[in-house]
Amino acid sequence: MTPLLRVRDLHVGFGRDPKANEVVKGVSFELMAGQTLAIVGESGSGKSVTALSINRLVDFGGGQITAGSIHFQRSDGSVLDVTQADEKTLRRVRGSGIGMIFQEPMTSLNPVHTIGAQIEEAFRLNRGLTGAAGRQAALDVLDRVRIPDAKSRLAYYPHQLSGGMRQRVMIAMALASSPRLLIADEPTTALDVTVQAQIMALLAELRAETGMSMIFITHDIGLVAGIADNIMVMQQGVAVEQNQIDAVLDNPQHDYTRHLLKAVPHFSAGKAVRTDGHRVEGRAPIVSVDDLVVRFPVGRGLFRAKAAVHAVDGVSFDLQPGETLAIVGESGSGKSTTARAILGLNSHQRGAITTAAGRSRRPIQMVFQDPFASLNPRLNVEALLAEPAIANGQRKDAALHERMQFLLERVGLPADALERYPHQFSGGQRQRLCIARALMLNPDVVVLDEAVSALDVSVQARVLDLLVDLQREFNLAYLFISHDMAVVERIAHRIAVMFAGQIVEIGEARGVLADPQHSYTKRLIAAVPAVERRNQHFAVDMTQVPSLVRQAGYEPPEARWRQAGIDHQVRVEVAS
Amino acid sequence: MSYVVQRLLTFPLILLGVSVLVFVSIRLIPGDAITAMLGTEAGMMTPDQRAALAAYFGIDQPVWSQYSRWFLGLFQGDLGVSSIYAKPVLTVILERFPLTLQLSLMAMVIALGVGVPLGVLAATRNERPSDLVVRVLAMLGQSTPSFVIGVLIIYVLSVFFGMVPAMGTFTPITVDPWASLGQLFFPAVTLGFAFAASVTRISRSSMLDVLSDDYVRTARAKGASPMSVVWRHALPNALIPVVTLSGVEFGYLLGGAVIVEQIFALPGLGRLVLDAITQRDYALVQGTVLFVAFNFLVVNLLVDLAYVALDPRIRLGSR
Repeated sequence: MTPLLRVRDLHVGFGRDPKANEVVKGVSFELMAGQTLAIVGESGSGKSVTALSINRLVDFGGGQITAGSIHFQRSDGSVLDVTQADEKTLRRVRGSGIGMIFQEPMTSLNPVHTIGAQIEEAFRLNRGLTGAAGRQAALDVLDRVRIPDAKSRLAYYPHQLSGGMRQRVMIAMALASSPRLLIADEPTTALDVTVQAQIMALLAELRAETGMSMIFITHDIGLVAGIADNIMVMQQGVAVEQNQIDAVLDNPQHDYTRHLLKAVPHFSAGKAVRTDGHRVEGRAPIVSVDDLVVRFPVGRGLFRAKAAVHAVDGVSFDLQPGETLAIVGESGSGKSTTARAILGLNSHQRGAITTAAGRSRRPIQMVFQDPFASLNPRLNVEALLAEPAIANGQRKDAALHERMQFLLERVGLPADALERYPHQFSGGQRQRLCIARALMLNPDVVVLDEAVSALDVSVQARVLDLLVDLQREFNLAYLFISHDMAVVERIAHRIAVMFAGQIVEIGEARGVLADPQHSYTKRLIAAVPAVERRNQHFAVDMTQVPSLVRQAGYEPPEARWRQAGIDHQVRVEVAS
Repeated sequence: MSYVVQRLLTFPLILLGVSVLVFVSIRLIPGDAITAMLGTEAGMMTPDQRAALAAYFGIDQPVWSQYSRWFLGLFQGDLGVSSIYAKPVLTVILERFPLTLQLSLMAMVIALGVGVPLGVLAATRNERPSDLVVRVLAMLGQSTPSFVIGVLIIYVLSVFFGMVPAMGTFTPITVDPWASLGQLFFPAVTLGFAFAASVTRISRSSMLDVLSDDYVRTARAKGASPMSVVWRHALPNALIPVVTLSGVEFGYLLGGAVIVEQIFALPGLGRLVLDAITQRDYALVQGTVLFVAFNFLVVNLLVDLAYVALDPRIRLGSR
């Protein structure tokens, strides 16, 4: 039996001299009809470029296939070498042989056309369906990707849909061509963990329904464990290991595979929580937040807003010196707004935030998610590190210089880094710089807003270790905002789970993770992908986050709390 | 629709500000109005005659009372009487405006008709010879003053083709459309030249940005043809900066194109304002500036509405 896809010694390069700038350096693999291959690797490993080469979309990104062959079996049984095909043939293959979905559902749909128009276009291009037939086909395919109320959704523009919905629309568009091969390039990376579980379940069901093959690109081995038949691990443009999924996961041969498996933070339901630096009952908190409310007015009335988005509603917690409180929740849950509130960065907040007298005048500092965007590219490291001190009225003297050197060394950067500029560092190094910058004023509290989310897994693990070390050394309190349960398990002493602007469960990490009480916490934990749970079946769950927009003057009902452990409180759920 | 009403309600406020500014600033120009109006004959006048003339035009009053009289007149549609033409200001303006409006529209059609396709072409052939040619042309168009283009056009037409472009006359489009369009064609080309160059450059750069967006990749992954990718998926997203630029340029054009009107001897708003200023026709300057400001506001409103039509994410009225 001929394989659906056979890639032989594929080389892809970029730029004016593609042979010299190769990103993919001789990759070979085969994919049988109906099978799923996972390509796993970190950023820069060439996994996306490999995938984009299969339908030659790589040409439009400035790439060029310099050697090798890609044989794709078309529906009529003929075999096409994609590397030699002309653009016209390629267009037909893209439309009706190979479907593709991408990482960013937010930007992958055209904002000026309705989703109906975009899906109908796919049907028109590939099956010649126009008018009413096209509309009916679009309706059917929306049903197949389980979009409720499909008829009215056809007239929606992409910005009116949530991220998960948009990814479903992307899948619907790919299905429109009844592809024999679906390439999914990190399709859930930009999505919340419960939405990710929904999309994965959907893909698994569609694969069973249609019998199509899939190539699934990801950085997260745990995610593909349940869906892939084979796995290919890539590092720096080379496939270092490929085999059946069980063989790779249970008995990895290559060092890098072993390293990846070890570095991926496995979520183990509270068994891997920290054992050092526990909370001391009765010790004075360094920060306490009481009944924090942040509401952003929307909709213009004559004199005041008619409604408000209740971004944060009645959030209270405190933070002791040397302790990590992790706030977990999905996008829109209000966790980042809470973090910003601690630093007084919101415009519409009320509630009491009390900070104990700390070691310096500015005891709270912050590290942001994106290390590429949060360092001014025009300033060198010395200027970047000096900035908080200068803003605080210090002089740029020898003592300051000494502190810079000390912190750079402490976060694991070379001393000559002072002269360099941000673009000369990798993502992980930049995040270390951001951490050093946050520590310049010797703070008591560091707010880490998704501080490791943008980093590759192996880098992430090392930055997490660094954070733990620094916490012990300087007795820092962390407010650690994250959506990633596995990361949170590594660093948190206590965990607060936020849902729709409110804390629904808060307490000691082990208790919350091992014995979740609130239904949302349970759902969140059940959605975390894990290698160990790879054979578990996910049902398609369509639960949506409730709207946070309320009429002006609306006050939520008083929260009632239930004690579930010594340090473990759960908000009592009201049936609604 | 409530957005449009809201915007219309702000118009009077802005126009009030403009009117005060122009009222005061024209009176700051040194030299007195009577001398400027009469030229050399002013020397032959007795002080009494001077005073009588000043009283006739109402410019012997204090500025604030002149302003309040003029302002009250506005509510009755009375912009005052032009001293040069001895006709109501509004009548003078409305005589000149059709030419300026038609000229501006023609210039914009030429600019968009040439600029957008050239910009798109250059963007899709980024860094290839045709892109370079377009870029050089655009640079040239932007840096050549309009009088050079105008004079060149007249020179080429008369010397090489032996024809003289219709000058100094204007037939309203309602009377004889072809004659009217023909008379304004070369002036419109002159005006549209630099305009087209700016449009080319901005559509090229905007298109380049859009062509690397994710949804363009999605369209290609669907198997859409290059034409469909460019015109259907990319261009609507690239047009917003083009609309912004066109709005500003068109607003300026509606204020009159002094140089082009001068070269082709056209009786448009530009020359009207110029004459009014040099001859201290206070009422005419005030009226024209107010009229031009009003046009600008209307154009800006249309630009905002065009944004909404182009991009469904932009919703007027909300934050």
